[in-house]
Amino acid sequence: MKPLLNSLPETVFTTKIDELLNWGRASSQWYMLFGLACCAIELMQTGGPRADLDRFGCVPRATPRQSDLMIVAGTLTYKMAKRTKLLYDQMPDPKYVISMGSCSNCGGLFQIAYSVCKGVDKIIPVDVYVPGCPPRPEALTEGLLRIQDKMMSERWLVKEPAAREERAGT
Amino acid sequence: MQAQEIYNKLEKQFPGKIGLFRGDIFDPCLNVDAAAIVDVCRYLRDDPETSFEVLSDLTALDWTKKDDDKIQVVYHLFSYGKRHQIVLKVDLPREAPRVSTVEGVWKAANWFEREVFDLFGVDFVGHSDLRRIMLPEDWVGHPLRKDYVEQEEYDGISTQRAPLVDKLLK
Repeated sequence: MKPLLNSLPETVFTTKIDELLNWGRASSQWYMLFGLACCAIELMQTGGPRADLDRFGCVPRATPRQSDLMIVAGTLTYKMAKRTKLLYDQMPDPKYVISMGSCSNCGGLFQIAYSVCKGVDKIIPVDVYVPGCPPRPEALTEGLLRIQDKMMSERWLVKEPAAREERAGT
Repeated sequence: MQAQEIYNKLEKQFPGKIGLFRGDIFDPCLNVDAAAIVDVCRYLRDDPETSFEVLSDLTALDWTKKDDDKIQVVYHLFSYGKRHQIVLKVDLPREAPRVSTVEGVWKAANWFEREVFDLFGVDFVGHSDLRRIMLPEDWVGHPLRKDYVEQEEYDGISTQRAPLVDKLLK
């Protein structure tokens, strides 16, 4: 993540509005408490004191209505897929999705099973795929930093409708 | 009580309804006529010598060999007081598998039988609440049967996944 611009002495602080907005968003990603299978154990570890997601301003929220980020952690069955879509629809824009682990990337080990959805991207758009079975906390933290990069590259003050539509389409 | 003794006892009580005893294996088992299963179970539970107060498992098998084309419902009984166990098996025709419920003997059979209905399509006559227990209610077919055909999609979600080789060649 780029630091905010500060070319003047310490008492004055200059930045671009976009950068300030994005810096605020990227430094307070609230993720939804949402674990589906064994990846959820690694998700808990990532939130724990060693990997410590808190230092990026990430705190778990127990409701989709307060969340910016959905981490799909675990095997997605068809029964759960419908609920996942519902939870995603309940999250306020702008929202981001991390697909964590092989199972939610593509069905993983269980993709031949009758009840397992072949990837969470079949139902909701995914921003970052984290490989691994399950991914280590370091890998998930890396995925979170990629989300931060994505947030920082977005522009909010554009006037052109095309660009706005493109932004809304993410 | 040894399995052989239980078998002899049942043979005496229900002549012609019991057969195919195998006592030399880890879980001694015997076949029971489908029409007599409730009576046999109630007898095994209430008789002070056998006293099978626990139905530890109820599951099913699908046999598709030419000379062995059947659905087999399996009852695992256990007695905490007497420390002995027995396995009962009931053969049912594959076209219309149907057997009386043992819910009236052991309450635990309720969910076991719902599971067997869900995955094998066995109709438990007299069951108080025969619905699917794990799969979604609008699921088509019974997936653990050997003749199960996977649907192209479930509720708008494609169940197909392109093979990785095709993906790479594109």
